[in-house]
Amino acid sequence: MPHITNVMICTCTNCISNNALDIRDALESEIKKRELEDDVLVVPTGASGLCVNGPILIVQPEGIFYQHLKTEDIPNLVEEHFLKGRPVKDLMYVPPGEEGPIPELRSIPFFKDQRLIALRNRGLIDPDSIDEYIARDGYKALAKVVTSMKPQAVIKEISDSGLRGRGGAGFPTGRKWESRRKDPRTPKYVVCNADEGDPGAFMDRSIVEADPHSVIEGMAIGAFAVGASSGYVYLRMEYPLAVKRMQSSIEKAREYGLLGKDIFGSGFDFDLQIFKGAGAFVCGETTALVASIEGKIPEPRQRPPRTTLWNKPVVINNVETWANVPVIINWGADWFSQIGTETSKGTKVFSLAGNINNAGLVEVPMGITLREIVHNIGGGIPKNKQFKAVQTGGPSGGFIPASLLDLPVDYEQLDEAGSMMGSGGMVVMDENTCMVEMAKYFVAFTNDESCGKCTSCREGSLALLQILRRICEGQGKEGDIELLEELAEAIKDASQCGLGQSLPNPVLSSLKHFKEEYQEHVQNKRCPAGVCKALISFSIDKDKCTGCTLCARKCPQGAISGVAKEPHEIDAANCIKCGVCVDVCKFEAVSVT
Amino acid sequence: MSKIKPEDLDRIGKDIKRTMLLREGSCRIKIIVHMGTCGIAAGARNVMKALTEEIEKADAGDVQLTISSCAGLCSHEPMITIEQKDQPAVKYVDLNADKAREIFSGHVLGGKIMSEYALAAGSERTL
Repeated sequence: MPHITNVMICTCTNCISNNALDIRDALESEIKKRELEDDVLVVPTGASGLCVNGPILIVQPEGIFYQHLKTEDIPNLVEEHFLKGRPVKDLMYVPPGEEGPIPELRSIPFFKDQRLIALRNRGLIDPDSIDEYIARDGYKALAKVVTSMKPQAVIKEISDSGLRGRGGAGFPTGRKWESRRKDPRTPKYVVCNADEGDPGAFMDRSIVEADPHSVIEGMAIGAFAVGASSGYVYLRMEYPLAVKRMQSSIEKAREYGLLGKDIFGSGFDFDLQIFKGAGAFVCGETTALVASIEGKIPEPRQRPPRTTLWNKPVVINNVETWANVPVIINWGADWFSQIGTETSKGTKVFSLAGNINNAGLVEVPMGITLREIVHNIGGGIPKNKQFKAVQTGGPSGGFIPASLLDLPVDYEQLDEAGSMMGSGGMVVMDENTCMVEMAKYFVAFTNDESCGKCTSCREGSLALLQILRRICEGQGKEGDIELLEELAEAIKDASQCGLGQSLPNPVLSSLKHFKEEYQEHVQNKRCPAGVCKALISFSIDKDKCTGCTLCARKCPQGAISGVAKEPHEIDAANCIKCGVCVDVCKFEAVSVT
Repeated sequence: MSKIKPEDLDRIGKDIKRTMLLREGSCRIKIIVHMGTCGIAAGARNVMKALTEEIEKADAGDVQLTISSCAGLCSHEPMITIEQKDQPAVKYVDLNADKAREIFSGHVLGGKIMSEYALAAGSERTL
């Protein structure tokens, strides 16, 4: 007999690190204690999306959303909700700046404006249950293609849908498949690029953790279309849970005969294995990725000729691209191509991070504006601060300023704005962010991750970094800004792979949209956002200070002195500019200049 | 497990389809069993059990069974409320397992309000 209540507990990496597994155990033992085990079923799922509020429970069928759970909340929750039927308000989501909670998931703005295709099963199935994936139309698309379609027809469907690569570059998926199908060399391979490395990006990890079979099914369909009989999932070792779930899903698919010989009795053979990457950022680059699988040093190489694996044709697509494939086959290219813009069809998964209230994972239709993502879905900026910029595309992308917030999310439009779609990292920055410092952060990242093969990338990123460092330290010289621009262009021109060609983007886009901030640093030795320590000083406004003594007590240096109820003072020589006094002052009396 | 055929997908799916519908929160008709302390003491568990069995027997995947707390009329427990889209909710009172079975076949499957057990149509306004 089925249970009347299903409690979906998020067991993604984020929630597990917030003790989701202890909460699951507590739930199960409390349910047993109350003799409710025939009524209430606890189901582990992948990420629900609102990761910042984890651990999360969703109670179905009512769709009640509980967040920030602790094990000590569980006995009361079980008694009130499952025994007495009274949902517990204290554990529900409260929108920023409001008092009343929103009980139902579907009414929470974060969820209601999303459209789920790649993440269609998130929060609904146990990722370790192949049966639950099948019950949600899983493997139907694979059955359809292998028993009733020709490879060309499959590729036509994917081409007509307008699906483009979700890893960042946006290459049309159907065109990529068609060129590999025509290649006479055999055997052929399909690869899933799950080597996600952009700071603040966790889309691929979440898809693999929440719904591994969607990737396996997509890859099997792609393999059928191009004529491949084996494939690799290139997953990084830093994602142990994703590796574990993918491995057990591959094994279950084999048991069911959905991988292996003669799938669905059609004569089509396909099998899959995981290749664990050691975590070098450059391995996400296609040519470096295949070198890594081949056991060579993961250095990119010149293209063309087209990327091959052991000199044989290979289709490499990103996790999200593969996860879209079964849905396109089931629902049709017409349906899919109605979602999105003229050139960018379907949806895109983004990981929202940085200065944003609802940090987490979102899937939105292409063409949605950045404003809708940041303010409606993301819930705006914490502490009522001003939005300054959003960084898309990771270290290869750029900054988009507030003036362009109404920009629709689309491959071309983001390119024009000096950024890029990228794999889907979206880092939101508030008014207290220094753009020079941010550009420095991203260049430091790529400098660290450069494979070193091209001098322009290896040395160029270092030279960029040195200039940015001295600007932030107040040592910026006349002509530094021009030098940055010139150097950035040279690195773009002379580097072989995407990493080098795009590493200057954070510098160029911040120069494009925030040049006056650079000029302030160089000419006036000022950091307008109040971040660069060498360029700022802290002082207390005598009119605002009430002499509450809080800052003096909190200052780790003991650099603040004063008598109670009298204005205090900061000893500049002793101050380390840590900013604790600004954070603790209730009267906004500490100013940073 | 031997290799599955395309038609097996439907069989596997069907076995847990109801669970999936429940998780999606989509249903044609919703039965709420009031399970406050008063309801439980008066036998709401038996009502619940009878309804679960009936749903199972009728293979009614579009019926959602859920629980709620005391509805305020403790002397007439066990109670259930039946909700259907675009129709006023109906409350049934003083139930037992047999009456619940009758209401299930009459109202839930047959679409006829069982006035002999009904308290009233409609629910209180909230806020």
